[in-house]
Amino acid sequence: MGQPAGFRPGRGGDAGLYEAPASAKKQDLQGHTEMILHALFFYLFAAVTVTSAFMVISSRNPVHSVLFLILTFFNSAGLFLMLGAEFLALILVVVYVGAVAVLFLFVVMMLDVDFVELRQGFLQYLPVGALVGLVLLIELLLVLGGWSISADVVASAVTPIPSLSDLSNTEAIGTVLYTRYIFFFQIAGLVLLVAMIGAIVLTLRHKAFAKRQNIAEQVGRDPKTAIEVRKIDSGKGI
Amino acid sequence: MQPELTLLPDLMSALPEIFLAVGALVLLMIGAFGGERATPAVTGMSAALIALAVIVLLFMPVDGASFGGAFVQNAFARYVKILTLIGSGLAIAMSVAYGRAEKFERFEYPVLIVLGTLGMMLMISATDLIAVYLGLELMSLSLYVVASINRDSVRSTEAGLKYFVLGALSSGMLLYGMSLVYGFTGQTSFVAIAETLARDGSSLGLTFGLVFMLAGMVFKISAVPFHMWTPDVYEGAPTPVTAYFAAAPKIAAMAMITRVVITAFEPVVLEWQQVIVFVSIASMALGAFAAIGQKNIKRLMAYSSIGHMGYALVGLVAGSQAGVRGVIVYMSIYLAMTLGTFACILAMRRKEGMVEEISDLAGLSRTNPMMAFLLAMLMFSLAGIPPLAGFFGKFYVFLAAVEAEFYTLAVIGVLTSVVSAFYYLRIVKIMYFDEPVTGFVPMPSELKVVLGLAGIFVIFFVAIAGPLVGAAGTAAKTFF
Repeated sequence: MGQPAGFRPGRGGDAGLYEAPASAKKQDLQGHTEMILHALFFYLFAAVTVTSAFMVISSRNPVHSVLFLILTFFNSAGLFLMLGAEFLALILVVVYVGAVAVLFLFVVMMLDVDFVELRQGFLQYLPVGALVGLVLLIELLLVLGGWSISADVVASAVTPIPSLSDLSNTEAIGTVLYTRYIFFFQIAGLVLLVAMIGAIVLTLRHKAFAKRQNIAEQVGRDPKTAIEVRKIDSGKGI
Repeated sequence: MQPELTLLPDLMSALPEIFLAVGALVLLMIGAFGGERATPAVTGMSAALIALAVIVLLFMPVDGASFGGAFVQNAFARYVKILTLIGSGLAIAMSVAYGRAEKFERFEYPVLIVLGTLGMMLMISATDLIAVYLGLELMSLSLYVVASINRDSVRSTEAGLKYFVLGALSSGMLLYGMSLVYGFTGQTSFVAIAETLARDGSSLGLTFGLVFMLAGMVFKISAVPFHMWTPDVYEGAPTPVTAYFAAAPKIAAMAMITRVVITAFEPVVLEWQQVIVFVSIASMALGAFAAIGQKNIKRLMAYSSIGHMGYALVGLVAGSQAGVRGVIVYMSIYLAMTLGTFACILAMRRKEGMVEEISDLAGLSRTNPMMAFLLAMLMFSLAGIPPLAGFFGKFYVFLAAVEAEFYTLAVIGVLTSVVSAFYYLRIVKIMYFDEPVTGFVPMPSELKVVLGLAGIFVIFFVAIAGPLVGAAGTAAKTFF
């Protein structure tokens, strides 16, 4: 994705939408172009995200699913970029695509799970599931249709991050993460610790026959203990 | 630079939580380096850590908000936290003999319980949507793991997996509701949400978010219609884990629901009241009728606990100070009754192993008269027969409902408690009038202590009702 002229990701994509100066015609035109490009990219990223997310759950081959998941992550990163959150966008790519998705690929390829069998009931449950989904969708549309949000709310909304024109993205996150949000940050750390303990508790098995390192023994080894001299009678084994 | 950045949050009010967090990490290290041999020491130290937190809460109370208003310590939080800590501490104590007999002693078990308890305490103190969610996840993740701690048993792993899948779904609903509430109010702090709602009033979107949030939270107290997991998980999980599930997390989640609806959604009381009324009635009815056919005593206790959550919610419906006091008193009594009953269930062991059928209790009055007497008292109390504790629990919630003019709700509550008396009394009948079967092996001493304490609490509740209800009243006053 190239950077079109007039598209400035670092400044908050919406800036071009509402601040088109009316006085200068040239600037007005540029504002329009920016707006159209902005909308164009938004719909492009959004459409690909939704389509590939759907493909994740509908493709038959689990490896394809993971690949589509990667595509979803990439396009979500694009959406973040348009919001001016380039740090989050890059983190999404590095962590989710670089680490998580690759891990998923490993798991999918190494575990011998018969996905065709898992999907057996899919068609059977499809009508009811689709009906429930449809009802929920209609209800949600009703909610969005009745979206009433007062101007005060927009003004008073929690915006802890200082203006992005003063600070870079990373700095803005850094200033609040370890100060204002230290509490949440620490609990999130504990949640991850519990997940790790859980994974180890439920899966790790110490096998009696597995050979393990004994560092103390290895370090304390000298020629006397490492080499054993045996006298062997000729014609006999040890 | 913002000026707030230089301020260090007030850590003193969060001292018990910090103790638990640091202590759990230390215990984890001891366990990791000590290996299998360290298990008894880690278990003992976990119980001591929880006792230390209780002592700090009791004798060195520091009230106040901290961490930018996301955490609050006050009389309500302290009262409920002490209940939760008692539940968790006794759950650790009750698991010792069982773990030894069933060979799943692992040092991670008490550490996970401590971390889960920490999650509950954060949940109780949370005054911010993000803090609620994080506390809840910390608790839930620990619970999922301890449900399947006996990983060689198919039933235990199945219980853990079921709980995990459904719990993840409920967390999703909770988060979705929170995002809608944030979208429609622009705030995550409870106080700010209440201010915005008081100024702007409710909207369809907010109600939508509120309902989703309630669904996610009600799952944790296993009230109808989000109760499906309870019987299966209670039956499948190892019995000491079930005792833990039935006591501490429910108290913490009930406190969280109380705080959320009373502080954050106070201006839209009519919106949540109707939801809670429905949940309450449905839970009481299902708890009363579905438990009748049960043969397994753990399943029976699961349905019984669903019913009891319905009764406690009756107090919440009132939304008044008396109502919140009723909820707190009810949860205190529920804790004692649940732990006592589970001490009896844990003592249902023959030479060949644990038994869980109600019919195994037949003739207990002749083989173990003391246990039979105390269990009978607990059953009478669960049924709500005066002058035992359970009666007073129901009395205070129904009183609050009547004062708030929810007559129908109170009448339904009384009727369902009559129905539920049937299955509690049936256990008494089986113990006293059926022909004895083989007796159980002698009860381990820690179970005797728990059962004895619960029995004393239930029988002599009249004597301690004054101070307990007074403390609950002080706790409830913090909201109004």
